[in-house]
Amino acid sequence: MSSPQTLFDNVWAAHVVRPETPETPAVLYIDLHLIHEVTSPQAFTELRERGLQVRRPDHTLATMDHSTPTTPRNALGIIPVVDPQAIAQLNQLRQNCAEFNIPLFELGTLDQGIVHVIGPEQGLTQPGMTIVCGDSHTSTHGAFGALAFGIGTSEVGHVLATQCLLQSRPKTCAVRVDGRLQPGVTAKDIILALIAKYGVGGGTGHVFEYLGEAIRALSMEQRMTVCNMAIEGGARAGMIAPDDTTFEYVAGRPFAPQGAAFEAAVARWRTLPSAEGASFDKTMRLDATTLAPMITYGTNPGMGMPIDGTIPTAEQLPDASSRQALDKAMTYMGLTPGKPLLGHAIDAVFIGSCTNGRLSDLRAAAAVLKDRKVAASVRVMIVPGSQRVRQQAEAEGLDVIFKAAGAEWREAGCSACLAMNDDKVPAGKYAVSTSNRNFEGRQGPGSRTFLASPLTAAASAITGVVTDPRTLL
Amino acid sequence: MNPITTFSGKAVAVPAENIDTDQIIPARWLKVTDKSGLADGLFESWRYLADGSPNPAFPLNKPEAAGATVLVAGRNFGCGSSREHAPWALQGYGFTAVIAPSFADIFRGNSLKLGLLPIAVDEETYHELLSHIEEDPATTVTVDLPNQRVMLPGGRTVTFPLDSFAKHCLVNGVDQLGFLQQQSAATVAYEAANPALVNTHAK
Ligand code: SF4
Repeated sequence: MSSPQTLFDNVWAAHVVRPETPETPAVLYIDLHLIHEVTSPQAFTELRERGLQVRRPDHTLATMDHSTPTTPRNALGIIPVVDPQAIAQLNQLRQNCAEFNIPLFELGTLDQGIVHVIGPEQGLTQPGMTIVCGDSHTSTHGAFGALAFGIGTSEVGHVLATQCLLQSRPKTCAVRVDGRLQPGVTAKDIILALIAKYGVGGGTGHVFEYLGEAIRALSMEQRMTVCNMAIEGGARAGMIAPDDTTFEYVAGRPFAPQGAAFEAAVARWRTLPSAEGASFDKTMRLDATTLAPMITYGTNPGMGMPIDGTIPTAEQLPDASSRQALDKAMTYMGLTPGKPLLGHAIDAVFIGSCTNGRLSDLRAAAAVLKDRKVAASVRVMIVPGSQRVRQQAEAEGLDVIFKAAGAEWREAGCSACLAMNDDKVPAGKYAVSTSNRNFEGRQGPGSRTFLASPLTAAASAITGVVTDPRTLL
Repeated sequence: MNPITTFSGKAVAVPAENIDTDQIIPARWLKVTDKSGLADGLFESWRYLADGSPNPAFPLNKPEAAGATVLVAGRNFGCGSSREHAPWALQGYGFTAVIAPSFADIFRGNSLKLGLLPIAVDEETYHELLSHIEEDPATTVTVDLPNQRVMLPGGRTVTFPLDSFAKHCLVNGVDQLGFLQQQSAATVAYEAANPALVNTHAK
């Protein structure tokens, strides 16, 4: 094929074990398989039932994150797990990893954390790789120019047993974000604005490639935020071409190639980006210069608006089903169409998750919280994405700032992002959350979530109401 | 997996768009280490009132909906998480097929592997089905998988898309893992030609 190739084309082509035919999907080789306690147990059961082995335990790595508590350590320095179901699930993972020789980042150790935070920070995530995990936010790793996507438990079993997946080739969608962001506007606002504009199903069947000046200017951690929520836009994966920012980030990390091998890898990685004139099946556009901090008002991530905007009214919506959806969301959220959200009282703030639980997110929150106090009416949970993030934050004294402000500084994990542990937003209460989903009950039964950036979350923590962070910078 | 060819079933509608996997099966149900019991958590927060009793207004709880095997729902069904617990719960409850204008990618892939049919129809057909079910809660639809057709109650027949491999597997009861295992020679050749990019044991 001589036509100019996209980043996606390049990574895909390099992993085809058996090409697609009219009758069968492609067989794709998987370089890295990440697993966690929630979506893997039934896959190991399947392996045992069929008497199969894990083909490449050296391409597989496990962590504990979803159902683990983030409560402070006890006197022995241990994070206590008290939920019997969580204990059983974690023990199952331990047993599966031991039996099949899979490295495990054990709860409480310095390596443990949210699966999409530890991959990049350990240097496991590298440009040009195929990466899968039984978790939809695997798209995060696409920030490095990897093809990374979430799979179901059946497919976790397929990859464990064969290191391959059956895949029909997705379409490609160029997401062009031109211009530069204004102060107070972040990567989170780019992705929330994109999903507000194109909807939660806008990317279905496609892999996003983010392009443009605003994307190139982002740090690796910000790029991860943008790729993380590709799935909220309906896309299977999100990718960003690797560049010097990427190589600098990967260099020297524990699992990254070292020395001459690193130089050779960089030379290879430089061949990955989309060629001039490469064509995409579809294009989406956003102008970064006009973006404001974003916030969601509804019960899917597409129900978002500029923070100083007003909730749409039924008349402003294009069709009956979106009007119905708005109506249902307003009832659940206890909000009124046509009203602003600025100044709306909140009860909780959650800063963390694989979207915004990395060091730069905590630094952003600390910049706002420094020498200030959180409102007495608000519970503020700050949850680092990994133990290493936690350690780095503490080395910089961020924990001191958080605690002095009256926020909780917790252990690493998914926490209130999906409320599988005790970190929940109570029924009927409002939270500003830096996570990625505002579905009904996502942060606990009856919880009401406003998705926003760490800056907006921290600003709202101080005032106790939804607040434009630009007023506090 | 048992082969699926043609079947008829009573349809029930949950007519909302973007029904996400947290609604289909909330996170607290994800602490299981097997697949059983998930049907009890299906649509939990819609199906039950705060006191734990069934919500009489929710379609699945209506007496007429008892025994339904086909779920009709709005566009982008199954968006959100990759949790296979969502199709496990739907299947565990007794559903054989979901008919919607569109599906989220991962949900669709997961369902096909399990033999829960995601049937995409155009918006017009979707609305037609909704009115049939509203008029007659005992409405049944017939799905002809080999011919990729749905027979609507009014007699109209619509076709639905399905990739040929998924169809082959469903109709013949072929197991996808078995197919992948047969590719091992090609996988060995691939591994010989492409040095490993990462070694998780190498720290
Ligand atoms: S932080 Fe939230 S979105 Fe990310 S992996 Fe954990 S539960 Fe999933």
